[in-house]
Amino acid sequence: MGEKGTIVYGVDPLIVHDHYEIDYRHSYAEDSPFFVGLSKGKLLGSRCTGCRYTYATPRSHCMECGAPTAWHEVPLSGRIHTFTICHYGGEAFLKETPFTLILVEFEGADTLFLSRLKGVKSEAVRIGMPVRACFSKTPAFKVTDVWFEPADRE
Amino acid sequence: MRPVYMISGGITKFAKAHPDKDFRFMVKEAYDYTLRDVPRFSKDMIDGAVGSYFSDHFTRQLKAASMAQDYLGLCPKPSKRIEGGGATGGLCFQSAWEAVASGRMNSCVAFGFETMSRVNTWKGNEFIALASDTNFDFPVGGFYSGYYAMMVQRHMHEFGTTVEQMAMVSVKNHINALYNPYSQKAKRLTIKQVRESPMVATPLTMEDICTMSDGAAVCLLASEEVAAKACERPVKIIGVGSGSDAMRMADRPHGKVILLPHEQESDYAHLKYPGVHSFRGGRMAAKLAYQMAGIHNPMEELSFVELHDAYTSSEIQTYEDLGLCKYGEGGRFVERGTPFMPGIDYGMSLPKQERLPVNPSGGLLACGHPVGATGLMQAVFAFWQLQGTMSKHLGNPTLQLKNPRRGLIHSHAGTGTYITVSILEAI
Repeated sequence: MGEKGTIVYGVDPLIVHDHYEIDYRHSYAEDSPFFVGLSKGKLLGSRCTGCRYTYATPRSHCMECGAPTAWHEVPLSGRIHTFTICHYGGEAFLKETPFTLILVEFEGADTLFLSRLKGVKSEAVRIGMPVRACFSKTPAFKVTDVWFEPADRE
Repeated sequence: MRPVYMISGGITKFAKAHPDKDFRFMVKEAYDYTLRDVPRFSKDMIDGAVGSYFSDHFTRQLKAASMAQDYLGLCPKPSKRIEGGGATGGLCFQSAWEAVASGRMNSCVAFGFETMSRVNTWKGNEFIALASDTNFDFPVGGFYSGYYAMMVQRHMHEFGTTVEQMAMVSVKNHINALYNPYSQKAKRLTIKQVRESPMVATPLTMEDICTMSDGAAVCLLASEEVAAKACERPVKIIGVGSGSDAMRMADRPHGKVILLPHEQESDYAHLKYPGVHSFRGGRMAAKLAYQMAGIHNPMEELSFVELHDAYTSSEIQTYEDLGLCKYGEGGRFVERGTPFMPGIDYGMSLPKQERLPVNPSGGLLACGHPVGATGLMQAVFAFWQLQGTMSKHLGNPTLQLKNPRRGLIHSHAGTGTYITVSILEAI
């Protein structure tokens, strides 16, 4: 502290550098099986045990009826519901630009899944395009352990 | 519930940065302006306050509203902080309304601020994206402009909305702001310039997206008795409504449209709603506010709208949520010229110019978006508009509509997670 001195950006008004950083002990709690599932090449969603509403994301209780849900495997292929190519981003993602965000729709699921699309030229991305899930071989236990690529690519 | 009136308001100039004033000083500036405008009202008539600011990350000061409260000299009167993302200001306004409507207070100050200049724009974008699910959405590339871009891609797919229609919103709001000295980014633009500005997230360019700002705004709300005593031209708040939706866009249903009184189920026989193209929370907010205000056809019964145009696309989406046109017609609504101001030259031909001006002030796109102040800023502009005092406060008469009767203000959070609609009426 103080060894490097204080960076001063201006004196009237006095503007100084102020750093802030923190580490968290973060629990995925009831959503944990989803993240473990990614490391096994599975995409786990939730199906309501009461009304059978089917989510493409983890959710332990149904938004529609409040009943508990059960895990179910979401198909590993779907279609692009919508997309964007980001040329800017939050600071943490600036170095990854341009990147493509997609919402994926699946046969048999009532809701969508947000992910990245890789392995395709941005001009070729279309709503309705078939895509398949790809999984990281070195899981970081983050939602980015899964991404999508065009389904016709091997 | 008792009738509630807005009796005064004030705002600071919205700017990229106000390093010479901290948030307390900015609030004080807007507060002093507010009190000066009602000389028959005095500080001892204030029963309490509600403060609003969005982000503890930007402020790096928890309980910052307490510091504004003491700076204004309002201790030990009741006070609290309201936070609800982009809708923070609108929620604060409604919280002050509740305090007076319930009879708990006879007058309540709503103050809001944000100081976004303390980090660079892209760090700021990261902070804002923390208002998306941090397990499932943020890590994928947390970026609100990206989320809104995905929503409007779907809107374009469903309804044929075009990027030129979106650009028209940008042209309108930036030109309106030329006559609003409080705005941050007034300028004359063309559709071509909007489209040629740097691409941020397809199809949204820099000129489709609002900027970050420092600023503060204050509204003074009062009971009928206090309003009659203290204010020459109070404005009545005749309706409030709010709504919500799932945090993760991906989780939103694809079901049936929530209908307004002037709509029928057959209007939307094939539309899956809200999906990611529409804001169910905005529709709910509008429905409740119209119900309270007794409005059956908003297009016929409103004189103007100040809505949360963080993006040109979300202004178009919001026309539809508010029932100013049917779902799917938002693009054509702006193309016809319906939401443009009378008497202003926008450099394009507009067959229905001035039917229902939307964002006469310039909106978020041109005024700036100091989040906690934004919803209150809209209330202040709506108040001056309905009072007929725009000329006095802005120094020119261009944005003053002729005898406006009712104005709607709309405040919007996240990807539509909290939305408020409040309706004000001239008396």
